[in-house]
Amino acid sequence: MERYGIPLEGFLVISTAMFFIGIYGFLVRKNLITMLMSIELILNSVNINFVAFNSYLFPENMQGNFFALIVVAIAAAEASVAIALIINIYRRFSSIEVEDIDEMKY
Amino acid sequence: MNILALFIIIPILTIIGILSTKDHRGTRIVSAIGMGLQLITSVVLIYMFYAERNAGNHADMLFMVDYMWFESLNIHYLVGVDGISVAMIALTSVVTFAGVFASWEVKDLPREFFISLIVLATGVFGFFISLDLFTMFLFYEVAVIPMYLLIGLWGSGPKEYSAMKLTLMLMGGSALLLVGLFGIYFNSAPNGGQLTFNILEISKITIPMEAQRFFFPFTFIGFGILGALFPFHTWSPDGHASAPTAVSMLHAGVLMKLGGYGCFRVAMFLMPGAAHELAWIFIILTAISVVYGAFGAIWQKDLKYINAYSSVSHCGLVLFALLMMNETAMDGAIIQMISHGLMTALFFALIGMIYGRTHTRMINEMGGLMKIMPFLAVCYVIAGLASLGLPGLSGFVAEMTIFVGAFQHPDTFHRVVTILACSSIVVTAVYILRVVGVLLFGPVRNDEFLKLTDAKWFEKVSTVTLILAVAFIGIVPIWLSDLIRLSLKPILDQLSSF
Amino acid sequence: MINFSYTIWILIIPIFMFLLLGLLGMKFKPIISGVLGTIGLGVVMLLSYYAAYQYFFQLPRIDDAYQQILAHNITWLNLSASLQIKMGVFIDPISVMMLVVVSTVSFMVHLYSIGYMKGEKGFQRFYAFLSLFTFSMLGLVVATNIFQMYIFWELVGVSSFLLIGFYYERPSAVAASKKAFIVTRFADLGFLVGILLLSYYTKSFDFLNITGPVGIEVTRNLTQTFLGMSVATWALLLIFMGGAGKSAMFPLHIWLPDAMEGPTPVSALIHAATMVVAGVYLVARLFPLYSFAAPDALTVISYVGGFTSLFAAVIACTQFDIKRVLAFSTLSQIGYMMLALGVSGYGGEKGVGYMASMFHLFTHAMFKALLFLGAGSIIHAVHSNYMNEMGGLRKYLPITHLTFLIACLTIAGLFPLSGFWSKDEILVAAYEHNMLLFWVEYLVAGLTAFYMFRLYFRVFWNKEPHYHHKPHESPLVMTIPLMFLAVASIFTGFLPFSKMITSDRLPFETETNLMVAIPSVAIGLVGILIAFLLYKKDNTRVEKIVKGLGGVYTTIYNKFYIDEVYMFVTKKIIFNLISRPVAWFDRHVVDGFMNGIAGVTVLASRKIKGAQSGQLQHYAFFFVLGAIAFALIFIYLWQ
Repeated sequence: MERYGIPLEGFLVISTAMFFIGIYGFLVRKNLITMLMSIELILNSVNINFVAFNSYLFPENMQGNFFALIVVAIAAAEASVAIALIINIYRRFSSIEVEDIDEMKY
Repeated sequence: MNILALFIIIPILTIIGILSTKDHRGTRIVSAIGMGLQLITSVVLIYMFYAERNAGNHADMLFMVDYMWFESLNIHYLVGVDGISVAMIALTSVVTFAGVFASWEVKDLPREFFISLIVLATGVFGFFISLDLFTMFLFYEVAVIPMYLLIGLWGSGPKEYSAMKLTLMLMGGSALLLVGLFGIYFNSAPNGGQLTFNILEISKITIPMEAQRFFFPFTFIGFGILGALFPFHTWSPDGHASAPTAVSMLHAGVLMKLGGYGCFRVAMFLMPGAAHELAWIFIILTAISVVYGAFGAIWQKDLKYINAYSSVSHCGLVLFALLMMNETAMDGAIIQMISHGLMTALFFALIGMIYGRTHTRMINEMGGLMKIMPFLAVCYVIAGLASLGLPGLSGFVAEMTIFVGAFQHPDTFHRVVTILACSSIVVTAVYILRVVGVLLFGPVRNDEFLKLTDAKWFEKVSTVTLILAVAFIGIVPIWLSDLIRLSLKPILDQLSSF
Repeated sequence: MINFSYTIWILIIPIFMFLLLGLLGMKFKPIISGVLGTIGLGVVMLLSYYAAYQYFFQLPRIDDAYQQILAHNITWLNLSASLQIKMGVFIDPISVMMLVVVSTVSFMVHLYSIGYMKGEKGFQRFYAFLSLFTFSMLGLVVATNIFQMYIFWELVGVSSFLLIGFYYERPSAVAASKKAFIVTRFADLGFLVGILLLSYYTKSFDFLNITGPVGIEVTRNLTQTFLGMSVATWALLLIFMGGAGKSAMFPLHIWLPDAMEGPTPVSALIHAATMVVAGVYLVARLFPLYSFAAPDALTVISYVGGFTSLFAAVIACTQFDIKRVLAFSTLSQIGYMMLALGVSGYGGEKGVGYMASMFHLFTHAMFKALLFLGAGSIIHAVHSNYMNEMGGLRKYLPITHLTFLIACLTIAGLFPLSGFWSKDEILVAAYEHNMLLFWVEYLVAGLTAFYMFRLYFRVFWNKEPHYHHKPHESPLVMTIPLMFLAVASIFTGFLPFSKMITSDRLPFETETNLMVAIPSVAIGLVGILIAFLLYKKDNTRVEKIVKGLGGVYTTIYNKFYIDEVYMFVTKKIIFNLISRPVAWFDRHVVDGFMNGIAGVTVLASRKIKGAQSGQLQHYAFFFVLGAIAFALIFIYLWQ
């Protein structure tokens, strides 16, 4: 199965790569903003999957595309909430390093 | 309306009443009125019970009410009483009534204190009237939980530690108990059909022997922990030592009796086969309890510890007698529960009153109290004499019934443990007289105590109520004994069917 | 038919007095409560005399035997289908006799105490306790069954405890009361187990059943044995243990000398005349059973009694506290009674020991109460218990002196005073049964005369010490009881006991055995003579003898160190070797185990909690690992 001269696997490889890059970023980067960006990467890798599967497997349906759009919208909302949280965290801790924010332990 | 409902409704109304009071004075008056009504209700209950029996109603349980509660699990609100429950309810009413007067002068958060106390009492009443295992367990928990708050907030000494220890050990007991109760529940229909929590229903069927063997220890130990079964008794000294007066009274006087009551009403009644098979283990443990508690008490210096160990000894006797599984001994066990409930409540009330004056419970720091506070001292002597089994007071009746009952087993094992248990009467005399001698008699050791005052009126109400009850049972025991005896029949039939 | 139902009032009046004086006593003037108590007891005494008169002289006998009557018997507690505890009034020769003894001595003591206890703090309390004691003792005496007896047995123990500890601010009194209670309680344990054993086989507590033909049959035919003795012997020995505790037989005697810490009238009533003979009464009550089912137990009783009488008499010779001398004398005399029971057979002439024992109980109650009350009068006059601080009192206390002399002569067994008759019968019984014990009793008779006259001469003659204020004779209210009891001591010996109180309730004839009687009087005279030589005048002979005896004297003076042995057992063994380890074990092992469980939980939680680091990325890492693990599981393992 092939469309636009690109096999489905190509999209999947891209999205997998993005997904794990995102995860890697989330686990390794210490800056909350960068971690947020990593989350965006993860979300978008999923979006790619949605869109790719939709157009390759069920071209007659549009659910995958809709879902991707919803995810984009949610991601926007989520990003704004996250930024708001980060700003508040910064106010409280004077830092956006994730390692400094460890009061919720034990 | 059914009279048994009153035992739940009156406390609830009292609590509402307390919530609507504004000051300390109102709180205690409302509590006293509520518990006074409760006492009257239990007297009426006794009267109605007799009236019903005399009218020829020979059902095992009277005044039964049954509401479906959780249809899917077949849980009912099922209540009813026999002579034993009636006696226990009367005990609870007396002790609660005396307890309210003994805590007349609670200073911190009196409203919350009395509410917790009454919640506790409600749990106990509910427990004694329930005939549905689940409802029974529910009330049991209602009785145990307020204990944590009462000790942790209003206690003295290492109160957080004691409250935690007591609650955790009792919760541990509840956990075992829950396993046992579910074990009974899931085996309540061996031939198929609706599972049930109804004690009377379950008693009619025979739980498979393997299940009995497995679940009997859970149930018995679960209740036994509350009844201070050796070696699960150590919550008792610490808990009592830290608890405020009224709580010690209710706890030792009533709550510990839930253990003994549960042991025979649930464990032995529903699993008679296992009871017969495993009795010897528990007889040994309880015989140890009896002697060990008494010896432990000799060495203590804190009044409350002495009584806590003495309670271990006396409650051990309750379980010991139950396990003898004959009419006389079980009759004695229940008289002992009531007798111990009354006299230990009296003890703790008096200790609280003495502590409130001298601010110490160490016997070697006091002396000659007879001269300073004669009323309290005389009451203490009476309590002591009741505890060491003076005829004319309740302890004697209970102990003698137990010993005669236990002696009906002619084999060497039972004889030896019985004689061992009998020997506790001597050891009891030693520790009681030691306390009386050091604490009440002799010269006054601390001159500051000379200006202390004797009992106030509300303290007199509290102690006199209990003393009257102790003396009543001691002088006219046949009344109580026969009340219990008639109700023991179903249990004995059940036990002798094996 | 003569109705004895009024005898219930003999019990009701004292208990009513106890409640009245105990609850409302402080509202009365002291003297009023004293008079009330005394009047109550007077009524009781008259009722007892009336009952005795009716019983012995008016009630028709059946086949020449005195009847056993259950005047009252109500069920107090149902124990099992066959066992019930009943409460009632049992009328038979010994219970009637005891009623007379108890009520007489008690009345005398009540009367005497009005003078003796005058001005004491707690006067009302004293009378309340006296009434309680009298009630309990009378209840014990008229018990219809062994359990009723046990119940009242405990009650007399408690009244004794309360009265010994009457001066509760005095540590020695408190210690003595404690000791008395605990020692007797220990003995009561034996009693209780004995009752339980016996009643298990006889299926009854009632004296009528267990000492009747059926009970004897059952107990005789018991085949069960334990350690080589039949169960019946065990049961009866255990019951005797209870009796030995109350009657202070060796080795359970240690409480009685200390019990003298109580007020003197109490010593007279409880620790001389009534409560301490309860053990004798108990054995007498169960005598048919002992005689038929457990002769071995009777032998034990006779030796215990004989040994105690000798042992106590020897100690009495060395004591200086006049009340203690009397206490040891009491021990010795009760030993006599026990011995007489032990050597007695059942029925007719063979039962002379039984009769003698009861006879001696009766006369002893009179003269020993007299001695104690006399001692009280002396103490009242000189405010001391020690004979070193007395002397030459005959001038100051004429009535006390005369009555005391009568009592001393009586206990020394001189003809024709009552002590002579009863002691003579005991010696006759021993003579016919056991020569060893007979000679022991001879010796004791001599010792008795010696130590009593040692006391007498030391107190009433000898050198007069310096008195702080001149001793004066006691008031009339105290001397009247003395005079009454002196008269009783003289004349009660002439009562025809063998016609009234015998083992099988059939009268029989006794005659004085001159072979026994003459030497017994003679040895008494010898004892008196020695005492006269040593103590009439102040001299150094005694000191020389004491020096000559050396260690033997010290040992005797210290009562053979038995108290120290008990002290060792209780303090060192029970307290330090049992109780303390138990308390430690409980705190550290049992509770330690429970705390250990809690500790392990805490430890485990502490170990695990490191995983909860607060670092977001750690959580995320584990989350991812988990997700991957699940993915792998679902892909490869979940088929």
